[in-house]
Amino acid sequence: MRALWAQLRTELALTLRNKESLLLTLGIPVGLLVFFSLVDVLPLDDLLGPGDEPVDVLAPGVLALAIMSMAMTGLAIATGFERSYGVLKRLGTTPLGRPRLLAAKIGAVVAVEGIQAAVLVPVALLLGWEPTLDVIPLLGAVVLGTAAFAGLGLWMAGTLRAEITLALANGLYLVLLLLGGFVIPLSALPDPLRRVAEALPSSALVDLVRAGFEGATGPARAWIVLAVWAVAMPLVAAKTFRWSPAR
Amino acid sequence: MSAVSVEHLVVRHGDLVAVDDVSFTADAGEVLALLGPNGAGKTSTVDVLEGYATPASGRVRVLGHDPAGERDRVVGRIGVMLQDGGVYPGIRPPEMLHLLAAMYDDPADPDALLERVGLADRSRSSWRQLSGGEQQRLSLAMALVGRPEVVFLDEPTAGVDVRGRQVIRQIVRELADGGCAVVLCTHELDEAEKVADRVIIVDRGRVVATGTLDELRGRTSGEVRFSAIPELDLDALSRHLGTTVTEPTPGEYVVPDPGHDSHLTAKLTGWLANHDVALGDLRAGRQRLEDVFLLLTADESEPDVRRAVVSGRRWRGRGRGRRT
Repeated sequence: MRALWAQLRTELALTLRNKESLLLTLGIPVGLLVFFSLVDVLPLDDLLGPGDEPVDVLAPGVLALAIMSMAMTGLAIATGFERSYGVLKRLGTTPLGRPRLLAAKIGAVVAVEGIQAAVLVPVALLLGWEPTLDVIPLLGAVVLGTAAFAGLGLWMAGTLRAEITLALANGLYLVLLLLGGFVIPLSALPDPLRRVAEALPSSALVDLVRAGFEGATGPARAWIVLAVWAVAMPLVAAKTFRWSPAR
Repeated sequence: MSAVSVEHLVVRHGDLVAVDDVSFTADAGEVLALLGPNGAGKTSTVDVLEGYATPASGRVRVLGHDPAGERDRVVGRIGVMLQDGGVYPGIRPPEMLHLLAAMYDDPADPDALLERVGLADRSRSSWRQLSGGEQQRLSLAMALVGRPEVVFLDEPTAGVDVRGRQVIRQIVRELADGGCAVVLCTHELDEAEKVADRVIIVDRGRVVATGTLDELRGRTSGEVRFSAIPELDLDALSRHLGTTVTEPTPGEYVVPDPGHDSHLTAKLTGWLANHDVALGDLRAGRQRLEDVFLLLTADESEPDVRRAVVSGRRWRGRGRGRRT
């Protein structure tokens, strides 16, 4: 327990100390939320119910984006460099063991997600957000989304060189930011692109988080898509992960 | 029972045979150096001992256990210093040591350890801000924090300045004197010569010699070697000594001495003094480890290796095995 706790504290401290990771996990989500809530340029009309403000659609989207930024991009980059610096290899000769290392990493991701929520929710409320919470489906969506994106991130970190992981994790973040339905509704995308986007974990997560904050359970299609990613990606990551630095 | 035993170890990386039938033991209280050029199979060997890699064949035991199969019985009792760090780039030295200390049942005091390796004043710097030598000293401290019974050190003094080397050597000596078995990989002859009780010379995956330093150096060469200014008059010197003196590299001379003539060195130094030639160094009978190594690993197909080693006092990679 002492080893797990020490590892978790270290993972968390290093994440919060890293300015790039803070920009990614907090800076960009807060910036997008504030900017698009105040500047009405997004085609959000399809999603707005009667009496809704843009922030009512944006806040859940940005919270979902925050999950992806930490669980996928943040985790991938950190783990990729830990692998290339031989940290994972070095920890492999301590009594920590892989299960506890993984548990510490999961704990750090969940803790950062908590911090993200603690910052983003008050900002959204200040901007006039009026959520109707349905906790259980919301938590389910967060768990599945975290698993799917963490699997994606660890798959990159465990198979590619750190520099490639860095580029790909950031590139994928940008692509999914545009195509994932986080801030730009899928209905605004051209048809073939929209079909691809609907099969991605990002849009499924956004749909479910948005539903959870509207007191709903969300579409079955989104649950299925997200669950498939949440099972498949960690399996792929576990199967392909290499602990030693790429040679 | 030896702390470390390796029997007929073979390690392959794909088609490449990195370690080819290597056997040795290391006992508690001794420093064993695996000495050889880059690519000789040193790191591949300790990778197996640390439980990272599984051998293609052969048997290894650390403290009586299989380090890969019985990992849980081994990891708490060994200390590891990797060749390339293994430290979070953004972490500070005390944080890294306290983190590792939390993983062992009876750890050493991290702050005292930092003091001992001379990093107490660098506690606010991150790993990436440390100099190469400071990074190596932190890595050494990381290997010791669990109070290990067996320590594996891979090139512990690479990139370390003279003072840092002294600190590291002293700690390695104290470790062994305290009953630890130390397995040290190095390509630097000086290092092996200064800290090791026993040396295993490996080359291209195979053990080419094993023994204490005295045993290895005691293989008399039947020649006297000396260094002086280049291009001495070899004919005149040969006539004076009654034998054929050669100059394999400029400034390095070899005088055959098959009969161990006790007057040979006196005659040689006398001749040099008469010709006003300053003597660089002189080795008769016992050889330096370097000469032993060259003798053992002489490879006719690569004549440039010998020169590169002698002049640069460093090993040249030999292209077998990727990294050791």
